[in-house]
Amino acid sequence: MQAAAASSQRSEFKSGLHAGMSIAVGYMPIALTFGLLAKTTGLSLAETVLMSLLVFAGASQYISLSLIAAGVGIAVIIFNTFIVNIRHFLMSASLNEKMEKDSLGKKALYAFGLTDETFSVIATREGKSTTSFAFGVMLIAYGSWVINSGIGHLIGASLPVFLQAAMSIALYAMFVGLLIPSVKKSVKVFYLALTAGALNSILTLSGALEAGWSIIAATLVSSIIVEVVLLARRRAGF
Amino acid sequence: MNTSILLLIVGMAVVTYIPRMLPLTLLEGKELPEFLQSVLRNIPYAVLGALIFPGILLIREGDIWFGLVGAAAAFTLAIAGANVMVVVIGSILLLSLYHLMI
Repeated sequence: MQAAAASSQRSEFKSGLHAGMSIAVGYMPIALTFGLLAKTTGLSLAETVLMSLLVFAGASQYISLSLIAAGVGIAVIIFNTFIVNIRHFLMSASLNEKMEKDSLGKKALYAFGLTDETFSVIATREGKSTTSFAFGVMLIAYGSWVINSGIGHLIGASLPVFLQAAMSIALYAMFVGLLIPSVKKSVKVFYLALTAGALNSILTLSGALEAGWSIIAATLVSSIIVEVVLLARRRAGF
Repeated sequence: MNTSILLLIVGMAVVTYIPRMLPLTLLEGKELPEFLQSVLRNIPYAVLGALIFPGILLIREGDIWFGLVGAAAAFTLAIAGANVMVVVIGSILLLSLYHLMI
């Protein structure tokens, strides 16, 4: 029994590594550029790698660099980081519904690896997601993020311009690749994504909300409205 | 290592970790009301919609065509049934070609 459990854990971990490959590719150009920018901002190699090791959050790490360069105080940068990452409350709560039961220690450990990208991969998997699968996805994404931050700082350059530009599509293409199979199976998924995408576009392009807040607002409003409308329609007998 | 940078990094690490960790641990084993559960299960798909739009169209400032070509490539490949990695690599290749042509 134990041997069987261990081997299924191993295969779950491996399929996690496999599923996380596209994140690793997508993080590469962003992390390389982060390393380069960190160097030009005056951070040492150790500081750059340490930030990627401990923080592991693309958007806030980028913003922190521009704030450091502007001479903004530490407390303000930390507060700003918190604001940018508030959306992870929502993702963490949603992920909890998806994950198998496990010890609080393991959950607290893999919670560290939650990013927009790892969440998308783990939460759109069919059925329940296992702890080993989550560790696999997160480990390969984390590895790519940390190592490429270091390489970017070391070589002091990012990818060739044409590749850099083309690779900026990578994470978006991954999101599309994760979304479409579910859209094909369920019209509800289509409404959810369409409503949230439209709302987020209106909120950001009109300048009503900053990107971090508008993702939260669009996601919550769409998740609630679609649920209420479908419930009402079911009650009405459609 | 510069002390104030070290302090900054640790502070950023703490405030980034808290929202990631609290719901996953506090809600473990708790049975939420059914409506709330449904809403939480909707979130991954809504988030994907919000992460894709409008971002995918704006990947290159001032050149909406670059984003449109990339989006068209990604959606076409995904709808055709390609797996995620193929969608990613295919979209990168197509945009590289497009970039080299113009």
